[in-house]
Parts: sequence; C-alpha cells; structure tokens
Amino acid sequence: MDAILIQILNGVDKGAAYALIALGLTLVFGTLGIVNFAHGALFMLGAFCSVTFNKLLTLSVKVKDEGVTLFEAFKEEPYLKIWFGDTGLAIIDYSVPLSILMAIPVMILVGYVMERGLIQHFYKRAHADQILVTFGLAIVLQEIVKATFGANPIPQPPPEIVAGSANVGLWLGLGESVVYPWWRLIYLVFSGAVIFAVFAFLQFTTYGMVVRAGMRDRETVGLLGINIEKRFTIVFALAAVVAGVAGVMYTPILPPDFHMGMDFLVLSFVVVVVGGMGSLGGAVAAGFLLGIVQSFASMNEVKEIFPGIDQIIIYLVAVAILLVRPRGLLGRTGVMED
Amino acid sequence: MTDFTKFDRRQVLKFGAAGAATLGAAPLIFSKNAWAETFRNDPGSKKSVTLGFNVPQTGAYADEGADELRAYKLAVKHLNGEGDGGMLNTFTPSTLKGNGILGKKVEFTTGDTQTKSDAARASAKRMIEKDGALMITGGSSSGVAVAVQGLCQESGIIFMAGLTHSNDTTGKDKRRYGFRHFFNAYMSGAALGPVLKKEYGTERRAYHLTADYTWGWTQEESMRKFTEEMGWETVAAVKTPVGAGDFSQYITPVLNSGADVLILNHYGKDMINSLTQAVQFGLRDKQVNGKNFEIVVPLFSRLMAQGAGDNIKGILGSTNWNWSLQDEGSKAFVKSFGAEYGNPPSMAAHTCYVQTLLYANACEQAGTFYPPEVIKSLEGFKFDGMGNGPTEYRAEDHQCFKDVLVVRGKQEPSSQFDLLEVVEVTPRAQVEYDAKIFGGELGPYKV
Repeated sequence: MDAILIQILNGVDKGAAYALIALGLTLVFGTLGIVNFAHGALFMLGAFCSVTFNKLLTLSVKVKDEGVTLFEAFKEEPYLKIWFGDTGLAIIDYSVPLSILMAIPVMILVGYVMERGLIQHFYKRAHADQILVTFGLAIVLQEIVKATFGANPIPQPPPEIVAGSANVGLWLGLGESVVYPWWRLIYLVFSGAVIFAVFAFLQFTTYGMVVRAGMRDRETVGLLGINIEKRFTIVFALAAVVAGVAGVMYTPILPPDFHMGMDFLVLSFVVVVVGGMGSLGGAVAAGFLLGIVQSFASMNEVKEIFPGIDQIIIYLVAVAILLVRPRGLLGRTGVMED
Repeated sequence: MTDFTKFDRRQVLKFGAAGAATLGAAPLIFSKNAWAETFRNDPGSKKSVTLGFNVPQTGAYADEGADELRAYKLAVKHLNGEGDGGMLNTFTPSTLKGNGILGKKVEFTTGDTQTKSDAARASAKRMIEKDGALMITGGSSSGVAVAVQGLCQESGIIFMAGLTHSNDTTGKDKRRYGFRHFFNAYMSGAALGPVLKKEYGTERRAYHLTADYTWGWTQEESMRKFTEEMGWETVAAVKTPVGAGDFSQYITPVLNSGADVLILNHYGKDMINSLTQAVQFGLRDKQVNGKNFEIVVPLFSRLMAQGAGDNIKGILGSTNWNWSLQDEGSKAFVKSFGAEYGNPPSMAAHTCYVQTLLYANACEQAGTFYPPEVIKSLEGFKFDGMGNGPTEYRAEDHQCFKDVLVVRGKQEPSSQFDLLEVVEVTPRAQVEYDAKIFGGELGPYKV
C-alpha cells in the first residue's frame, strides 16, 4: 500500500511537470498552429533564469586559499552576507522561488522576440518547416547556454526549510513509512496553481474568450475587427512564461544543464499528441496519466515480470490510446488532419 | 664501349670494395625501412607526427572533454620542448627529450565523440583516414572506448584510452592495440571494500541503482562481489536508463526496502541527479536497522561532484587521481596545468596527459613508430613519477596497475576546487587480479 501511494505521488509529480510543459506547447499549437520544437528550450531558459538570479545574489568577494599556490583557488564570501548578515543569507536561501520574479519578464520578452522575430514568418509554411526552424532555434539556444554556463549541471538547492521530506504517511494515518520531498509537493501545488490560472485566464476573461474564439475560427474573429495576430503573440509569450516558471521551479529537483529542455521535449510531444493536438484539457490529463503510468512501470515488482517496461511504457500507452482514439483523449475533429 | 680487359688490379679492388659495401649495407637499409611499407600513417621522412585526440566536445560530457583536450595540448607542448616540461621532469624511466617523438615535432588533430559510440568511431575514422593520425586517444565513456578500440585494432592504429572505467575495456573487449591507464570498476570495488567495512561495518544491506550499460553492469558486479564477500547483503539491484533525469520512481522503493546503504552505480549527470534526489528523499537522514543510512558513489569525479553541490559532502567513493596529491609527478603536472589554464586538472585530464607521454616514450624506446614494436614496448612497461606511485602496464590485458584513491566529499571545502578529501591511498597490490577472470583476447600484433 505504501509503495503504491508513493508511486502515485511520484506519478502525479512527474505528470505535473509534463503537463506544465505540454500545456504551453498545445496552447501555441492551438492558437498559432505552430509545432514549436523550441518549447523545451524555453523550459531550459527558465531554469537558467534561476541559475542567473542565484549568481547575481551570490556575487562575492573572493578570499584566496593560501594553502594553494599552483593556481587560483579561493573561497567566496557573498556581498549579501557581508552587507546584511543572516538576512542576506536568507535571501540567497530563497533564490529559487524569488527567481520567478526575474523569469516572468525575461520569458515574456523571449517569447515576444521569438514569435515576432522568427515564428511569425512560418505561420503559412508546412509543419515540417516549422519543426525544422524551431528545432534549429532550440539547438542555438542550448549552445548559447552551454557556452555561457558550461555543460555540467549546476546545483540549485531549495530553501533550507523545505530541503527535506514531509511525512505524508502520518497525514494520511498510514504511519511513518511514507515520506515525500517537500519541494516536490510544493512543485505539485505550484503546477496546479499555474494550470488553474491558465484555464481561468482563457475561460473567465474577455481576452481569453477572444483567444478561444480565435482558436476555433480565426477568420471570423478577424472579420469582427479584432487583431487576433496580436493576441496570439501575447499567447505565445504566455506559453513561454508557463514553460519558464516550470523550469525555474524544477531546478531543485533536477540540477539544470543546457540539455534539460530536449530531455523533456519528446515526452511533452507525446503528451500533447495523446491529449489531443491543441487541447489544453487533454494535455493536462495526458500529462498526469503518462506520469502515473511511468511511475508504476518502474516498480521492481512490475519490472521483474516485464523487464525494461519502464523505458517503453509511455510509448505503448500512446500507441494504445491513439489506436482507440486517433485524435487523442480530448482532440477535436479537423485539427492536424488536413 | 667499355673495355673490361683494361681494368687494373687497383680498379678491381676499388669496385670490389664498393660492391661489397653496398651488398653488406643493403640488408640494413632495407631493415631500417622494413616497417615503412607495412603500417598505416607512417610519418616516413616527414618532420612531424600527428596524434588524434578524440574527446567529447559536445553533449553532457563536454566540460570533461574540454579538460581532456587542455591536457593533451599541454602534453604536446611538453613533448615539443615548450613550457616547463611538466611530468617529463619526473617520469622514470623516460627516453623523452623534449624534441618531439623520434625527433619529429608532435602535431594533433581533434575529433568530437559526443559520448556516442557511432559518432566517436566516425571521428576516429576521419582522423585516421583523412588526418593521418598515428595514434588515437581520449574519451569519457566505456561504451565509446570499447567502440573506438575495436576500430583502432582493425585499422592498425594504437588507441590510448581516456576515461573508461568498465572492466570490459581491458577485459572481455580488450584489444592488442588498446591501452588503458585509468583504473577500472574491479579496482574501485577492491579499494572501497575495506574502507566501507571499516566505516560502516560488516552487517549492512545494500540497494544498488545501476546505469544500464557496460560500465554500470561491471561496476555493480564488482561492488557486489566485494561487499558481499565482507558480509553485506544485496537487497536489490535495479537497472536505470542512462539519462533518466528524474530518478524518483527508482529511489522511492529504496525507502521501505530494508536496505541501509544505497550504492549509486551512476556517473556524470546521472550521478548528480540520482544523488541529489536521493538526498531530497531524506535517505541520508534515515535510520534503518538501527544504523544511519549511507550512500556510496563508487566512481567519483571532481568535475561531476561540482554539479551535486552540498549533496556529496561525506559521501565515499573512489577516484583515479586527485590534484591534491603531493608526489613530485602530481605536483609538477598541477603546476604546469594551473599555470597554463588557471585551474587544477581533473582526473580525466591527468590520465589523458599521462597516456600521451607513455605513447611517446614507447615510440622512443622502440626506436620506431611501427605499432607492433610500440605495443611491445608498452607491454609490461614499469614506470614511476606520473602521479600514482610505481605503475605497470600489464602485458596480459594492457591494464595499468597502480595505487587507487578512496575519497570522501569534503565537509568544509577551502576553495571551489577542494571538493574531495583522500581517505586512503589503496596500494596497488590490493587491487590487482588475475587477467584471466574477465576473459577476452588481445588479438594479433600485425593486422
């Protein structure tokens, strides 16, 4: 029972990450009709916003290690600590959540520049062209990050107060054997909040209503005198922000490196396809479904019966769902069928 | 028309002496160049010789590859008599003079392995066939080393492996043309075993998470052998996909498995991620079977340890070499490298630098670049002054045998490079084994 509960938690947590990335991906596809292979790179850029913010907070005085004479070795003393003592250290400790404040404007700008500077020129081109150009863009972005920050992962610890594990078992009356990292629980809640906010924005605001109308019938909305292109640019920026903040908050779980976007990209595409191209609800549902299925397939008991199943289960489930529902879980007729 | 009847006695003697000298010298002339026509990329009368440095320049191990390349460039500099000479000053017995190799200036070409076997073979092939590389060296993965080593054997080109830790490289996949200075998984197990016994006792239950490829398998096999021999029980050994990223689904079963030690047979990014996540799941704060839960990382690298941050503090592992060693060879190398690049070399850089010098010295000793003779010169070669004490290139499997370091993540680092403390220098005798246990065939000298 404990093992099952923990794997459900793992699956939901993993699914939350998939859903967050897939949400932006499917939003861009649903509005702009663009298959954006650079979306994983936006996730990675968000993560490196966190790294940059941490580096800014930890700008330091270098204290030379006198014991080493053969090269420059030093210990760093952050200015924030020198100037503000424990308060300065507390600010550094909270660098990951605080870096969201930096990530949001940066990702809006990146999304806007990407859409206006490149993507808009490919709206009327074949999907193959869009895939090629966005994939190329993703490679350029990751090489820039590699050249700037190196190829090795960079540790981004969570705040000290949530660095350990929560006793989830005690909360549920199951004893002390079920523990789960605080930060992963926070990520879960954060994902839920972001997903809710995106849905609320699209569902309950006039702006969102116009965007949804544009997703259904772009021409008619245009005939009503609404500049739908401009709104879609903002939607692209919104998708970039969603991917970016997802990347920021994921850094304590997975120390970021230049390739982390590509690692998630393929899975996110599977999630979008299984959920139904352009379907926001489908992406979220498929994200959680595939996350949970993957976690259960990784259990030792399952792997003893089906060795290696954990590495292919997502694709098996995708094939099964697409055989039964060719448009995905919540896919609409006519999308990607021309 | 020549009138032969007019030759006098003096002329006959002259021609006779010249003829005899020519005939007598002919075998020497032919034997001097006997290998010239039979081996690939013979530099012949050229004034330079080209070495091929095949390192990961892109992909997850690009930083380690960059450090390897820095070491190779430094080795070339020292071989050509530039700089302070580094380990050329401490390496014994050495015939290196700082005038290149056999009087020819050393030049190099580079390739990008991408840490992928097929890409590594393609770049090695290009360096051999197009750039005329006489020797290939480098790499940061056992999969790559085994693949490139096979290609080099087929091509008749010597391969001086870079960072490769799988037992297979000099075990079942060993090749006559392949040589490894780096230690291996068996040696890690042999060195770590007694330290683990001393630190954690003999009644422990271990859970292994293992990278699912050649290195991971042999690392797990070796750790199980040495821990089980001292009384530890293996609760489970789970294979994890390389590059899994999120290891939570593999770590959570450890929590209630009854294990009190987690052995992470992971390297590089996988090690960073699995260790970070294992610590987040509270494993290091746990008490199981009345003991503190412990995590062991059998293969530690300083470059990779940086990525794990504070999570490596107190974690035991093994390493081939560390810049903090105080022997003359290590100090000379760290001094040269530090002056050139401003930071200490990694263990990958060290092994690559040493491999280049060893190859050059073997050519000097053999008096030729002809690979079979160079191979014979390396086989059984005993040397010192290269950083790990007296070392031997064992002839039976081309594995170097030397002291191994057991290290621990440092609790209070004094600088950004001071991440590992040496717990024990395990003597070479303790990590030696019979070459036959891993099988494999070296293959022929002539290909």
